[in-house]
Amino acid sequence: MRKFTWFNAVSLTLGFAFLYIPMLILIIFSFNSSKLVTVWAGFSTKWYVELLQNEAFLDAAWVTIKVAVASSTAATVLGTMAAYVLVRGGRFAGRTLFSGMIYAPLVMPEVITGLSLLLLFIAIGLDRGVFTIVLAHTTFSMCYVSVVVSSRLVSFDRSVEEAALDLGCTPFEAFRLVTLPIIFPAVISGWLLAFTLSLDDLVIASFTAGPSSTTLPIKIFSSVRLGVSPEINALSTIMIAIVAIGVIAASLVSKQAIARRNREKKEAIQA
Amino acid sequence: MSDPVSATPPVFAPWDDPSETPLIHFQNVTKRFGDFTAIDDLTIDIYEKEFFALLGPSGCGKTTLMRMLAGFETPSEGVINLAGKNIVSVPPNKRPVNMMFQSYALFPHLTVAQNIAFGLERSKMPKDKVGARVDEMLKLVQLEKFGGRKPHQISGGQRQRVALARSLAKAPKLLLLDEPLGALDKKLRTETQFELMEIQESTGTTFVIVTHDQEEAMTVASRIAVMDHGRMVQVDTPDRIYETPNSAYVADFIGDVNLIEGNAASHHKDGKIEIHWREGEPPVVGTPMVPIEDGTRCTFAIRPEKVHISKEHPEGKANILHGKILDIAYLGNISTYHVELPNGHVVKAQRSNSLRIERRKFTWEDEVWLWWTDTAGVVLTA
Amino acid sequence: MRPGRTLLILVPYLWLLALFLVPFGIVFKISLSDTALAIPPYLPTLDLSAGWSGFMEFLSELDFENYVFLTEDDLYLKAYLSSLSIALFSTVLTLLVGFPIAYGMANAPEHWRPALMMLVILPFWTSFLIRVYAWMGILANEGFLNQFLLWTGIIAEPLQIMNTNKAVYIGIVYTYLPFMVLPIYATLEKLDGSLLEAAEDLGCGRTEAFWRVTFPLSRPGMVAGSFLVFIPALGEFVIPSLLGGSSTLMIGKVLWEEFFSNRDWPVASAVAVVLLLILIIPIVLFQRNQQKQQEAEQ
Repeated sequence: MRKFTWFNAVSLTLGFAFLYIPMLILIIFSFNSSKLVTVWAGFSTKWYVELLQNEAFLDAAWVTIKVAVASSTAATVLGTMAAYVLVRGGRFAGRTLFSGMIYAPLVMPEVITGLSLLLLFIAIGLDRGVFTIVLAHTTFSMCYVSVVVSSRLVSFDRSVEEAALDLGCTPFEAFRLVTLPIIFPAVISGWLLAFTLSLDDLVIASFTAGPSSTTLPIKIFSSVRLGVSPEINALSTIMIAIVAIGVIAASLVSKQAIARRNREKKEAIQA
Repeated sequence: MSDPVSATPPVFAPWDDPSETPLIHFQNVTKRFGDFTAIDDLTIDIYEKEFFALLGPSGCGKTTLMRMLAGFETPSEGVINLAGKNIVSVPPNKRPVNMMFQSYALFPHLTVAQNIAFGLERSKMPKDKVGARVDEMLKLVQLEKFGGRKPHQISGGQRQRVALARSLAKAPKLLLLDEPLGALDKKLRTETQFELMEIQESTGTTFVIVTHDQEEAMTVASRIAVMDHGRMVQVDTPDRIYETPNSAYVADFIGDVNLIEGNAASHHKDGKIEIHWREGEPPVVGTPMVPIEDGTRCTFAIRPEKVHISKEHPEGKANILHGKILDIAYLGNISTYHVELPNGHVVKAQRSNSLRIERRKFTWEDEVWLWWTDTAGVVLTA
Repeated sequence: MRPGRTLLILVPYLWLLALFLVPFGIVFKISLSDTALAIPPYLPTLDLSAGWSGFMEFLSELDFENYVFLTEDDLYLKAYLSSLSIALFSTVLTLLVGFPIAYGMANAPEHWRPALMMLVILPFWTSFLIRVYAWMGILANEGFLNQFLLWTGIIAEPLQIMNTNKAVYIGIVYTYLPFMVLPIYATLEKLDGSLLEAAEDLGCGRTEAFWRVTFPLSRPGMVAGSFLVFIPALGEFVIPSLLGGSSTLMIGKVLWEEFFSNRDWPVASAVAVVLLLILIIPIVLFQRNQQKQQEAEQ
């Protein structure tokens, strides 16, 4: 048997303190009324009010959301296709190159990806803007989607697809009616991953953005370079809150689904 | 149901009738995966309404053979005819063949009824007819109450029946069953074997079953094909496979057997031969099915239940051996005695325990006599 | 081949060729070009209208000058070496911080584990930039850490952490910690508890059983986690530019400045190509480790 020792308890406490205290400080001081971010001067929500009146931030947020929705959707379609080709495609010419191109972007430094895409856009004379950021984000996040989806494809019983063919489906019908519904949770998490990656990205967006297409990370980066600001604290708090609510809600939903499934399985055995 | 008293029903044996045309005809089929030959120049006929079992150890090619029938594998060479038409290039979704998968392959996101309806909807059957057919199939497998459940909400045995109902719903000409009972426990498996036979009979479908369980094949099949390394070793009815195996491989694979290897010698006038197998032991007398030349290397195979065991020297029997009991395996209904001959060779003999608390006639280290008639075993040259 | 299948393969394939492989070709090509005061700021440019002779002329003007330049100016060599040492040192630190956390999670009661898992993954979903930014307020001279240490009396003078390599180490450990914890936790969680019982049965004490059984068996997780931290840390840009000082040399930052501030595209491209060549070694090693692990599991 494993035993939970005092050493384990201490290391977990310290570890999670290390992970969460910086974010807690950020959140607490976003409600600080002082302009000096490291001195507490009383509770206030004025930085949130200022943030919501800051046109530049709101514009950047809007650009970011547009880019994230478009690129994550495109990345999900392309990434799912790529995963299906990798896992079920069999042999074809250039398969090794294909799987290499799927895995390489995952380990590629962002500065290199960004630089190379920028040089491509210049070489073909494509004006930089929202569209080029979407192209760039789609390219690297489709690889993440394809990894998530292909791990699901690998783990599920191939004979389920064969059964669909056996019962009269064309290969495309088998994908639409059987494969897609089964891998759908993985496709959704792939989309969410692509969405957060796009939302988060500073480096690649900096290379591929044009003057009129500043995203939120670019905006945050240029302002925090000058130092800590309470407005950024407020913005960070909002972003952390959205993510935390999303992740906790998703895990509660999936926990409930698993619990229900286990209960039903138990009943099935007893019946 | 036929009445066993009034008349013997006509024997179902289309394979013996030269005027019958087979439903499935494999003509010199070979399948290679890279360097590996899974099916090696195989020719076989399967007839309508047969319950045909493919039996063999794992890797013998039985699953590949079945997947070629379903359309998931294409033969490297050869022709597969179904009802007179070559189906080699027909994709699985266009074949009048359905398959029940070893893993059942039920669609986890659909209910039991939707699973059964799946194939019917693909065949453009009108909605109301689909419903009626689904109800019919649910009734056939006794799952009327479970139509609305998802696969994970029913037990393993019920899932097996859903898989069967789904594959039968389109009334295929041919149903393929890949280890259909492999996931069930032994007791449920035996019950389900009889259910399968009943369903096969009542629907009149041709069944081809893949199994590695020889008891299962013996129980359900009209004919069994024993396979090894991509070849058919013997295709025959269960009783003939058991009683007259054509090779030591088949004899050894099906049931328990004593194998005695030796050289054929001194023909008797009635066709019997003597097999000299060991210095100091009397030759074994057997009846070969085909004449064998003197000096041919051959194997004499005899089932343990056909070897008698006694304390006294039996008189006037064709084969008599003397030995000592080495081991006794008590199985409840029968006991198997392992008898060691003076030369070290062990022969197994079986006795049924027909009395409840029988006084044990034999025990370890007892000196006993073994005997059998000259027609009890088979002489094999392969 | 069916047309549907061809289409399915071609669409993602062509996408990646056009937006992943071709751009690399361009980077490589520009790294062989010369800097120029032009738009685009490099020479030669390929003039397809001149046909084959134009192409040959174009080829003859490419050279390895920029690579020679990288070896001549010791800024670049220093930057590569310092990137390697920062990445290596932070990886070791992350391992030291991450292992006890993963071990604690694996030993925790089973019904806690999903919640602990979520607590490790949650930061991963929050913005990288914000997580780095959070440390700016903590590590500054008048920041929370110094305020706290001065208040407790441990130090008399504020520590200079911000704008030094120390801040970069902390930033890397903090942001990449989940990448270290998760693989180690995965191997520890799979570890059969009866192995420890067997070790104790055979005469090991608890600590000895840990060092002789648990620790060696968690090696694959530690190796995987270390690569997952080391590889991205090597090309890191955000952390050194926000937390590091002007003396903090990391190659990602050098590349960025070469490109945006100096507008020297050919040199920036050469820097990128060399960084890629350096990265190939740990990536290949990482892949081998993963493959070995997969084979062992089968």
